[in-house]
Amino acid sequence: MSAIELSGVTKNFGRTEIIRGVDLSVRVGERHAMIGPNGAGKSTLFNLISGRLRPTAGAIRLRGEEITGLRPYEINRRGLSRSFQVTNIFPRLSVWENVRCAVLWSMGYKYSFWHNIDSLADVSERTELILRQINLLDRRHFPAGVLTYAEQRALEIGITVGGGAEFILLDEPTAGMSRAEAEHAVALIRKLSEGRTLLIIEHDMSVVFNLADRISVLVYGKIIASDEPAKIKSSRAVQEAYLGTAA
Amino acid sequence: MSEGAQTASMGRSASGILATALRYAAWVVLAALVLTLPKMFTSSFAFTLLSLMGISIIFALSYNMLLGQTGMLSFGHAVYYGLGGFIVVHAMNTITKNSLPIPLPLMPLVGGVAGLFFGIVFGSVSTRRGGTAFAMISLGLGELVASSALILRSFFGGEEGITTNRTKLLRIFDWSFGPQTQVYYLIAIWCFICVLAMYALTRTPLGRMCNAVRDNFERAEFVGYNPQFVRFLAFSLSGFFAGIAGGLAAINFEIVNSSYVGAEQSGTVLLAAYIGGVGFFSGPIIGAILVTWLQVMLSDITEVWQLYFGLLFVGMVMFAPFGISGLLMMHAPLWHARVLWRLVPAYLLALAAGLVMLTGVSLLIEMAHHLSTKTSEGPMMSFMHVPFSVHSFLPWLVAAVLVIGGYFFFRLTWPHVEGAWHTALMKAREHGSAA
Repeated sequence: MSAIELSGVTKNFGRTEIIRGVDLSVRVGERHAMIGPNGAGKSTLFNLISGRLRPTAGAIRLRGEEITGLRPYEINRRGLSRSFQVTNIFPRLSVWENVRCAVLWSMGYKYSFWHNIDSLADVSERTELILRQINLLDRRHFPAGVLTYAEQRALEIGITVGGGAEFILLDEPTAGMSRAEAEHAVALIRKLSEGRTLLIIEHDMSVVFNLADRISVLVYGKIIASDEPAKIKSSRAVQEAYLGTAA
Repeated sequence: MSEGAQTASMGRSASGILATALRYAAWVVLAALVLTLPKMFTSSFAFTLLSLMGISIIFALSYNMLLGQTGMLSFGHAVYYGLGGFIVVHAMNTITKNSLPIPLPLMPLVGGVAGLFFGIVFGSVSTRRGGTAFAMISLGLGELVASSALILRSFFGGEEGITTNRTKLLRIFDWSFGPQTQVYYLIAIWCFICVLAMYALTRTPLGRMCNAVRDNFERAEFVGYNPQFVRFLAFSLSGFFAGIAGGLAAINFEIVNSSYVGAEQSGTVLLAAYIGGVGFFSGPIIGAILVTWLQVMLSDITEVWQLYFGLLFVGMVMFAPFGISGLLMMHAPLWHARVLWRLVPAYLLALAAGLVMLTGVSLLIEMAHHLSTKTSEGPMMSFMHVPFSVHSFLPWLVAAVLVIGGYFFFRLTWPHVEGAWHTALMKAREHGSAA
């Protein structure tokens, strides 16, 4: 059974077809990269999978269970969490609060107004663990809005993995980072995605071929290839459609 | 101990215990203050004022659960306050009529449950939208209830409203609640409980998710929360506390009328919360105390007190958008570094200039008011116990000189304030690095 499976997914904005019948299968436990030229519809596809947008047609399944048209929080509760291309954090909350908010639901505290949040040892422990992993523990008291760009990107990942989701979707996590920052981020992603299923959009080819078990190529709303890195590299169709023009 | 457990138990370290003790001490001091205030004032006027402040603190804090905590701007919060009040009056009258064994101190809870009920009913509609749409819906619901108050006479009592008698309920410890002192204690205790409960609420998972939804509605959806439901819960709970405030008001005045649910009441609580500062828990408390005091004191001094009140609001929005609590918090680092006193001379100077300007503005307002609405009383009036004629030229000249002179004086003092602030901040930084 696939971890994430899309069959015949299409999305129209008005009369414009952005996603034109995508079939995609992400295996359980693999690191799967999504590449493709700008405007191919990669982020739109993420929005469809995570429930931010509703597909016009087709079905999306998570572990075989249909999630098409569910609200983002319903999908999140089923174990899928995503990050955003444009940093999407809680700017006035402290770094600590940002991660803690991401941890709360999965630990079962839900809408509780009868627990003192500071005395929840399990929540504090998990929050601290995440902050240590994303290397922001010493910044925990700062409002998230004042962090540097790279720190906010790291926090974005921290919020995404905070709830311990099985399926992680990362939308260009290294966008706008310097070489060193990107390398650091990739190491972090590698560590955090261990034992989980990762679907990642990435423009940096060295990152993609280094990290991914399999790669899917999205061009003008269609997946033209989905295979192991070596085969993608040598695929003529991919080279013509994408790698060739990008190089 | 693992490092993870260490931070989890951070609150139990030595400094943590001290901080916790201080936090509880603050509440104990507050409770003691609430109970001893009546000993400091003996006039019945003080009790009336303190009672009004207590009610308005609960109301303003309940309002800030929406505005400051969850980011929902409501123009109709008086609905839950007022309906709480009406239900309490009806409940009190029913209890009296049937001689039910229910004492008065429980009545605010009835108001709270009523507020909660209407919060759930109206909230299930209005919290589906945020931002401007929510504000508009709240305005519409406010108008709807306010106009119903004049139509549904049997429940709202029309323009006269509905009266009750708080002394006729079951007595415990022989308290009749006739004297204002006893009502004050009732309000004070309820106020203390509500403040504590609303503060505790900010420190729960729901309270923190309210802040998260305020900051970024969409992101909250992607960490497992239904942000609309978070808003709905915040709204309902806020209605609960507003209903308690309304119930206490009904007990205090022994009358409820349509003004309880009206736009003016909704506007006042917005102003109180905003002037106090919506960004901090203490803000609405400060705002409620100040606004209540101004309403009572200013209306004694001048007939156009609402004009001054409006000017204060505009001034706060323009120059101190984070409210009084925001201004106070700005000074916190200087206080900790023990350099706050360095600001005092510059502040006093600026204050003097400000007062000169304010006197001029006030003189202009009072003269214009006298000239436009009191023609029958003749041209004589007095300002600060100085009698003069508004038809003469001199007072207008004096006012103009005060306003313009005060303004330039203020402009001159401002660099001193900035300079003093700068020096104090530098000292504070030195202190910070030395510590």
